[in-house]
Amino acid sequence: MNASTTATPSAAPSTPAISVSGLVKTFGRTRALDGLDLEVATGEVHGFLGPNGAGKSTTLRILLGLLRADTGTARLLGADPWHDAVALHRRLAYVPGDVELWPNLTGGEAIDLLARLRGGIDAGKRAELIERFDLDPTKKGRSYSKGNRQKVAIIAALASDAELLLLDEPTSGLDPLMEVVFQDVILQAKAQGRTVLLSSHILSQVEKLCDRVSIVRLGRTVQSGTLGEMRHLTRTTIEAETDGPPTGLEELPGVHNLRTDGDRVHFAVDGAHLGAAVRHLSGIGVRSLVSHPPTLEELMLRHYGDELSELGHTTSGAPSGTTADASAGASADAAAAEGSAR
Amino acid sequence: MSTVTETAPRTGAVPDRSGTAGHPLAGTGALFRFALRRDRVRLPAWVLATLLFTLASVNKATQMAPDDPQKRADMVKTLSGPAMLAMTGPEHYLSQLTPASALSLMMLGYGAILTGLMSVLTVVRHTRADEESNIAELVRSGVVGRHATLTSALAVAASANVLLGLLLAAALPGAGLEGATTGGALLYGAAHTVIGLVFAGVAAVTVQLSAHTRAASGMALAVLGASYGLRAAGDVGTEAVSWVSPIGWIQRSYPFVDDRWWPLLPALALALVAAAAGYALSTRRDVGAGILPPRLGRPSATEALTNPVGFAVRLHRGLFLGFCAGLLLLGAMYGSILGDVDDMLKDLDDVREALAKAGGTLVESFASTVMLVVAVVAALFVVMAALRPRSEETAGRVEPLLATGLSRSRWLGSHLVAALGGGTLVLALGALALGLTGAASAGDGGLVAELLGAGLAYAPALWVTGGFAVLLFGWAPRATALAWAVPAYGFVVGYLGKLLDLPGWLNDLSPFGHVPQLPASDMRWTPMVLLTLVAAALIACGVAGFRRRDLDAK
Repeated sequence: MNASTTATPSAAPSTPAISVSGLVKTFGRTRALDGLDLEVATGEVHGFLGPNGAGKSTTLRILLGLLRADTGTARLLGADPWHDAVALHRRLAYVPGDVELWPNLTGGEAIDLLARLRGGIDAGKRAELIERFDLDPTKKGRSYSKGNRQKVAIIAALASDAELLLLDEPTSGLDPLMEVVFQDVILQAKAQGRTVLLSSHILSQVEKLCDRVSIVRLGRTVQSGTLGEMRHLTRTTIEAETDGPPTGLEELPGVHNLRTDGDRVHFAVDGAHLGAAVRHLSGIGVRSLVSHPPTLEELMLRHYGDELSELGHTTSGAPSGTTADASAGASADAAAAEGSAR
Repeated sequence: MSTVTETAPRTGAVPDRSGTAGHPLAGTGALFRFALRRDRVRLPAWVLATLLFTLASVNKATQMAPDDPQKRADMVKTLSGPAMLAMTGPEHYLSQLTPASALSLMMLGYGAILTGLMSVLTVVRHTRADEESNIAELVRSGVVGRHATLTSALAVAASANVLLGLLLAAALPGAGLEGATTGGALLYGAAHTVIGLVFAGVAAVTVQLSAHTRAASGMALAVLGASYGLRAAGDVGTEAVSWVSPIGWIQRSYPFVDDRWWPLLPALALALVAAAAGYALSTRRDVGAGILPPRLGRPSATEALTNPVGFAVRLHRGLFLGFCAGLLLLGAMYGSILGDVDDMLKDLDDVREALAKAGGTLVESFASTVMLVVAVVAALFVVMAALRPRSEETAGRVEPLLATGLSRSRWLGSHLVAALGGGTLVLALGALALGLTGAASAGDGGLVAELLGAGLAYAPALWVTGGFAVLLFGWAPRATALAWAVPAYGFVVGYLGKLLDLPGWLNDLSPFGHVPQLPASDMRWTPMVLLTLVAAALIACGVAGFRRRDLDAK
């Protein structure tokens, strides 16, 4: 599929595909959603980020009319997800995070069942997806691994002509090769102008696929926007080698975690003060300069930092850009996910 | 300092120093103890239940061999009828009818089924079930030999069977059973042990064959069922057929009659050969895989499957066919003795009195009581099927379905069609089997239609049972187990109520209590119409509740 289309195929449909505000849902004493907001524009791939237990699945279930919200409003494709559930379901496709299949039905039967109950399946597309995802459709549900069960749900969802895809951690059981196929297929769907809400905690996946992301925490949206916007709000890491001793940086506003080692300097700077810091460095004379925008991990860590310190991890809040640090950030992120799931 | 050896992980199970780590049986002891711990409730329960089941039959066995020679001769005549022999054992037991030999005749076959079930389930649980759930992979990655798992599973099953045999041998002589000699009791217990070992061996083979727990236990249980069927056929017809069945062998040890031990030998040999075959097969397959290739299915769905009702029917099919077979058997069993009811009940005055309350002739009142049993069994199907939506929901399989164009009421409705329609068919089939065999044994062709009608009269009560399950599903999904109360209560009050002289209002609480007891009583249409209306109201209310509640996530 070569995208000869303009950047945003249908840029100005007036109603957003998903519009949620102030959503509250309690289960007994647990407050799963605590005033969650979410806005997904038609035609975009929207990342829905947060650790387990943040309320992502609950939000999706409300959008599917499987749960009823206590308060707040939710509109899906301009209709009410609870009252117009069946009519809406014909226009959307859903992939649950934990796909359970019928033990004595084959994968192929399950694909057809789910797709036809939605309103039909494109046989050619079905065959193509089965081929690409390397699924054996003649095996019984009980003999599929988690990844294969997910493939069944993904194929059933993508072989349809649904205009909205709701995907709840759809690739948590897929191997890296299949992950690549998945990303490819989602980009294809996007090129066709479909809207995708992708709940995930695989940040690299979100970075690759999503136009905009919303980060949820404890049932609330803590941040929403494009990755670029979010990065602007956070710190950039600078590593530089200068002609002379890099003095005076500590007096600049917005500079954090300054480390100097001879002519080498390493620091983080708030987005608003990046220009001043760079000007200061060029005054001294720059021999080499590396700047790292904050990774999604670091964006996430900003919101989950307090939980990490509860767990005994130290987060300076200073994003550092080296690969070693980034992977440390990723594992800390996993720890954050666990922390909030407790 | 011996720090090196001290810090080495201590595998209490397989001490390295003994040099057995590379042995195919390494770790068997630890696995055996672990398996016993996992089964610490289940196996004692099986053993005790089988023991108590036997002891509880002592009374019945004593009644079957009355002191009075004339009565005893009559009883021999009754018991030697083909229908009775099919349900018990070889006729030779009747050549010396004593309470003890009556017990052997009556209970050895059932005991074989119970011990066979226990052995199959135990072996499968500790071998194939663990492999399917990937526990085995973890275990086998430790210092555990290739044959350790199977050996410990067989050892657990063997221990339970030996324990049961010893308990039976110890308990029977003191149980007040006339003619129960110590030697006979020892043989009686040993017969149980040996038949249990046979089916443990059978399971050792079937768990190698299929990669799936259900298929593995299904195959072994099919062998058990076939063994019982063959012995039944042989005991009624040509005795040679019984000699094909291991259950036939152990029954021919004739405890308390001839007390001969040698028929246990071929059974023991079979157990050993089967177990050896299990070991041999296990070396020819991978962990987690089966010898038989997995059965593949259709790569795409038929039109029928993707229709909600067709899909529900597919999900209920296995259970439905099982109940059909069960009720055919149950109906035929009771039907085949319908002609002898007068003879059989001659001396049981209290039963005759109880039956007489229903009115009609003895045959009719007996048939109407049997019909209640048939209806209650059909109601068990209805409850299981009507609760299927709940298990689909908690298993997380409904969510993707209801995220399609399928509405909640249509989804639930299609399951109800399968539950109520299937239940009605099961009921009709049981009644038909009772009618056909009853007509044959009583020599009265009119019974076919009469009994079919009597069975169908229970259909509205089944629908109420299903409706109650749906009501719970809609409004109190966590309490759906309460739905079992309806058939349970219906059976207790309807079946025992007549014997115990319970007040009538207790019977009125059960939907089964309002059904006219055909053919003994006359047909009354009002309760049938009312029951149908109640069922409709319950269903409507349950569906409405389901439409407005949250779906439970997995």
